[in-house]
Amino acid sequence: MSYQVPKFRHPELPVNELGYTRADYEGAISTLCAGCGHDSISGSIVRACHELSIEPHKIAKLSGIGCSSKAPTYFLGKSHGFNSVHGRMPSVATGAAMANRDLLYLGVSGDGDTASIGMGQFTHAIRRNLNMVYIVMNNGCYGLTKGQDSATADEGSASKKGDPNPFGAIDLPGLALQLGATFVARSFSGDKGQLVPLIKAGMTHRGFALIDVVSPCVTFNNNDASTKSYEFVREHAEATGTVDFVPMREEITTSYEPGHSQEVTMHDGSVLHLHKLAEDLDPFDRASAMLALERHRAAGSILTGLIYMDKDSRDLHEVLDTSRRPLNGLGEEDLCPGNKVLQNINHSLR
Amino acid sequence: MKSLEAVNEFVIKFANVNGTGSASANNLFAKALFRMGLPVSPKNIFPSNIQGLPTWYEVRVSEKGYLGRRGGVDIMLSVNPQSMPQDIKEVEPGGYFIYDNTKPLDLRLIRNDVNIIGLPLTRICNEQYKDPRQRQLFKNVIYVGALAALLDMDFAVITELVGDQFKGKEKLVLPNIHALELGHQYVKANLECPIGIRVRKSDQVGDKILLDGNTALGLGAIYGGATVAAWYPITPSTSVVDAYERYAKRLRIDPGTGKKNYAILQAEDELAAMGMVIGASWNGARAFTATSGPGLSLMSEFLGLAYFAEIPTVLYDVQRAGPSTGMPTRTQQSDVLSAAYASHGDTKQVLLFPATPRECFDFGALSFDLAERLQTPIILMTDLDLGMNDNMSEPLEWDDERKYDRGKVLGAEDLDKLERFGRYLDVDGDGICYRTYPGTHPDKGAFFTRGTSRDEYAIYTERGEEYEKNMHRLMAKWETIKQHVPAPETVRCEQATDAAVLYYGTSEESSREALDYLAEEGIHLNAMRVRAFPFSDEVEAFLHEHERVFVIEQNRDAQLRTLLMAEFELGPDKLKSVLCFDGTPISARNIRKQILMQMPGHNVTPLRRERIVGGTGQGENRA
Ligand SMILES: Cc1ncc(C[n+]2csc(CCOP(=O)(O)OP(=O)(O)O)c2C)c(N)n1
Ligand code: SF4
Ligand SMILES: [Mg+2]
Repeated sequence: MSYQVPKFRHPELPVNELGYTRADYEGAISTLCAGCGHDSISGSIVRACHELSIEPHKIAKLSGIGCSSKAPTYFLGKSHGFNSVHGRMPSVATGAAMANRDLLYLGVSGDGDTASIGMGQFTHAIRRNLNMVYIVMNNGCYGLTKGQDSATADEGSASKKGDPNPFGAIDLPGLALQLGATFVARSFSGDKGQLVPLIKAGMTHRGFALIDVVSPCVTFNNNDASTKSYEFVREHAEATGTVDFVPMREEITTSYEPGHSQEVTMHDGSVLHLHKLAEDLDPFDRASAMLALERHRAAGSILTGLIYMDKDSRDLHEVLDTSRRPLNGLGEEDLCPGNKVLQNINHSLR
Repeated sequence: MKSLEAVNEFVIKFANVNGTGSASANNLFAKALFRMGLPVSPKNIFPSNIQGLPTWYEVRVSEKGYLGRRGGVDIMLSVNPQSMPQDIKEVEPGGYFIYDNTKPLDLRLIRNDVNIIGLPLTRICNEQYKDPRQRQLFKNVIYVGALAALLDMDFAVITELVGDQFKGKEKLVLPNIHALELGHQYVKANLECPIGIRVRKSDQVGDKILLDGNTALGLGAIYGGATVAAWYPITPSTSVVDAYERYAKRLRIDPGTGKKNYAILQAEDELAAMGMVIGASWNGARAFTATSGPGLSLMSEFLGLAYFAEIPTVLYDVQRAGPSTGMPTRTQQSDVLSAAYASHGDTKQVLLFPATPRECFDFGALSFDLAERLQTPIILMTDLDLGMNDNMSEPLEWDDERKYDRGKVLGAEDLDKLERFGRYLDVDGDGICYRTYPGTHPDKGAFFTRGTSRDEYAIYTERGEEYEKNMHRLMAKWETIKQHVPAPETVRCEQATDAAVLYYGTSEESSREALDYLAEEGIHLNAMRVRAFPFSDEVEAFLHEHERVFVIEQNRDAQLRTLLMAEFELGPDKLKSVLCFDGTPISARNIRKQILMQMPGHNVTPLRRERIVGGTGQGENRA
């Protein structure tokens, strides 16, 4: 049973440009296991939305089935949400996005939900470059059905059940790159400093933004032999660099050391500042991103941070050339051609 | 031998090879008769193949206005040597077998009780055309010209029609007319004509139109305000979305910006197509998908979610014989049960059964009003016969005063006035609750959509009482639905009778004709056409009023009968089955025969269902 969070507001809580406190972006109290990585990701989503000053009701949260897919109840209580069916959130998100292009679509999925039952829909949402942020809460197992290995579990990794996984892992960022994804990032639930700006950048990106977040399952897959445990990830994560997201209206105040540093202006005017970039990665070059992923995989480390971004991405609405006005706002006057036209059609059928 | 004699009342069948361009010539023939004021009903019988296999085109011509399949063939025009042995067998005694006699007819095929007419089609083509493709295409046009002479058709009507059909491609008009003349002149010069079956101008068409049901559905979606179409190609439903797109390109471009007031998504499969429809509808757009049996199976899980989460959903199911490696290009009404109870858990789905292109248009548009008013999936059940064949139909009509019924949706102002919004709260007592679109109000009206693990305020709960309460409300809504769906149509005979027939969709026309046959034999039956599920009280009263009701349908398992028995808790004695499931549309003669066999006092031992099967196949054409 979950409850709505009490509407108590501390008078000194910081408010964003819209006058909202962070509490305005929270949801019901979580019923996930204490320490579950998914809850930390929810926290990062709350922070990112608050800091971006998005009106909470202008976000639609969609998910499939799993502990991860339950998480949207626990953030953004003022947003509409849709807990759909297992693996099929991308299609629901696609339809929703077609109906109203003016909302921000946030998809939340699990590694089972995405990399197994939902693989088909996931790949096709990427291919269409649907304008959405797609967060995979990746714990290498099926939490909600009690810990079976998932398709993202590394070969040889063993969950609490004990048997090492005999199959190779599906690497979602690698796959997404191959499929032509226009924004690919990986992060770790325990690294809010990295995850929050990545979510902001993803939300500002026009097109499909994949953020694969390693998110340990404390109940079934946080043991010594697991490569998705807190400890393993902390030891093996290697960041591509640091990402700072500067919203459009803000001045850039931080000064960055010269060297491996790049600035990107997003389509809404915000600026993404990438610095301390790994020498072997150009995140605006797909081939370079693919190579970097592969190099890190071979070296046994987990590459995190912004892996790739296409600055000229065109989303599905642009490709289909749909009306600027949301389709769900059109009425009879826009949609119904009327009886006269119909009579002409009749005439052509005689 | 006594030759068949008839004016304006006959069945002609064309035996062609798939992919040889025969379809447009055959169309030309049927449409010309239609323009001569004759009711026609052409039916394509085609294989699941692009080129090379046998295909047939059967045209019912009936001044009396019978549009269903009659059964039997009076004239067979056979240009496919491959199917010739069966084709000649199908001809009624005294009928006509017309073939390409460039090669002599196999002596073993000759029947003495049939008029055999030879046309040297290949020879004429070889003399006239050098290009092999032209030889193939014009062969079809030549036989249409020949038929015009044999049947005494109005040649001017045909040539005028050619002009209309090639509007914009004028270069093609003259060559086609030339080919028509080749056939026409050959017959005039060499054969006795007209034959015993002939046509005469009539006035039985009025303002009717000739249209396939799928195009009518596509138009229905345009007029009904659908903005999102998500689909995965499958015969025989593909032409629904094709039609929607064709008309959308013309009628749905924003005049100011030139941008599209619609979005068509060719999904990766039917699961995704249904998910897209649900997502778009949840977000306040009118959306639809079209599919056939295998797609319906794949959509099943989502249909359950839409039922329980109460999301308007429009699905057009153009039924065919299953499975994919079954007879996918043949017609059936065999998805009734899987649609009616589609999905896991206790689900009941609303079905609509159109019988004509006009009803496809009307119900197609109505589906959106119903889906949004009733907040549940609406599954429109048409079939290949109605969907892919030209059917004579009442003209389409739209009331310009009509407003879309967007159902119970709360806007920002409504929400401001509310103390607390409850998505699943039955405020009006009709089982239908209020919904909100995402993005409506900064503080009110947001909720988390999920199946049933929630209370009336959409707050998560797994309490059994809440689940039960919700399921009872959904049943109350089911009662409300009965008042909204199209009512059945009843046709009573003049004599008092305790027997009746009940049918739906494309079984209507042949049933009507069969009842006329039976009336001539002194057997009088009342009739009801069911147009929707849930069944209204009227359906129940009709069943109770009669001792015996024949349920006529095109599937093996008597699916609608099963549905009636389940919903009204009727025993098997009252409802009898009249079935056809060989993939061809049910014929009037077949219906008559099956009813006679099951009439009390009739001398025929009632056949077990398996035996009836034999009588429904192609073989019955010879009966
Ligand atoms: C069609 C279907 N099959 C199976 C299930 C059972 N099921 C529920 S959650 C789940 C796995 C979820 O794993 P993941 O997406 O990784 O989420 P996690 O719980 O690990 O966050 C499965 C198999 C289901 N709900 N629906
Ligand atoms: S089972 Fe695992 S994934 Fe599910 S809530 Fe518990 S820790 Fe999180
Ligand atoms: Mg998982």
